[in-house]
Amino acid sequence: MTKLGQWLCGLALLGSAWAALALAPPGLQPPAPLRQALLPLPVYLLVAFGCYSLATVGYRLATFNDCEEAAAELQEHIKVARADLRRRGLRL
Amino acid sequence: RFSGIDFEIIIIDDGSPDGTQEVAQQLEKIYGSDKIVISLCISVLKLFLFPSGTAYIHGMKYATGNFIVIMDADLSHHVRLLFMYSGKQKEGNFDIVSGTRYKGNGGVYGWDLKRKLISRGANFLTQVLLRPGASDLTGSFRLYRKEVLQKLMEKCVSKGYVFQMEMLVRARQLGFTIGEVPISFVDRVYGESKLGGNEIVSFLKGLLTLFATT
Repeated sequence: MTKLGQWLCGLALLGSAWAALALAPPGLQPPAPLRQALLPLPVYLLVAFGCYSLATVGYRLATFNDCEEAAAELQEHIKVARADLRRRGLRL
Repeated sequence: RFSGIDFEIIIIDDGSPDGTQEVAQQLEKIYGSDKIVISLCISVLKLFLFPSGTAYIHGMKYATGNFIVIMDADLSHHVRLLFMYSGKQKEGNFDIVSGTRYKGNGGVYGWDLKRKLISRGANFLTQVLLRPGASDLTGSFRLYRKEVLQKLMEKCVSKGYVFQMEMLVRARQLGFTIGEVPISFVDRVYGESKLGGNEIVSFLKGLLTLFATT
């Protein structure tokens, strides 16, 4: 199954469970406090996911390594390599 | 210098007038045109352009080794990291070893905050949508078993950044094992990797296509 397929299945499952409980006809309704919590649940989850995304990307951005030594070392290597190649007869 | 590992270097030139051919010919004279292959060896494909599928296919025809390493030739990928790739591959007998800038002591040099943000944001989106089992999908510094690369080339159709992503996603689909090594990506030594609106749009299009088709 494609990733899209998996998402659609998951959403359909959760969606129907939520709809069955939160939008049930008066005879089959779960107790009032539960209903009050269930109705806005999708929006809560969306907001929660949004916050999680921001926090995660922010954290990863802050901890993104800067390779100072790698860059400096590379410049050194380039100098050495150029000298070596020039010795062997390479002309740029 | 590369003690214990036989290697050969294949240079692919797209014919652009930047002097690549002359330098390559001089190098061939200096080092000999038979940089050799006996048992385990690594062919290094140095691509002088942003890697494209045709360049890979072309290069593979000349490669005689068991493994093929693909890397950028503008020195943003350092050759000495190849030891790590080789070591990792032997450690887990992986089919593919992918370099990651996002884990361990991997990282970048020469990127401003905006570039890093876009990179991390795009990667996050990719992880959420594709759950690929690899931390860096758009990197282009990878080692492939030769047969694996051939198989993947047959199946992958996209271009640019998305091509790199598709390779790993298809690899996972086909059951190939992927190992990771942290790498440092040193940008702007020669030329700068581009990231304009066009690249972002085509990345998103490609991501959604992979989301819907794999």
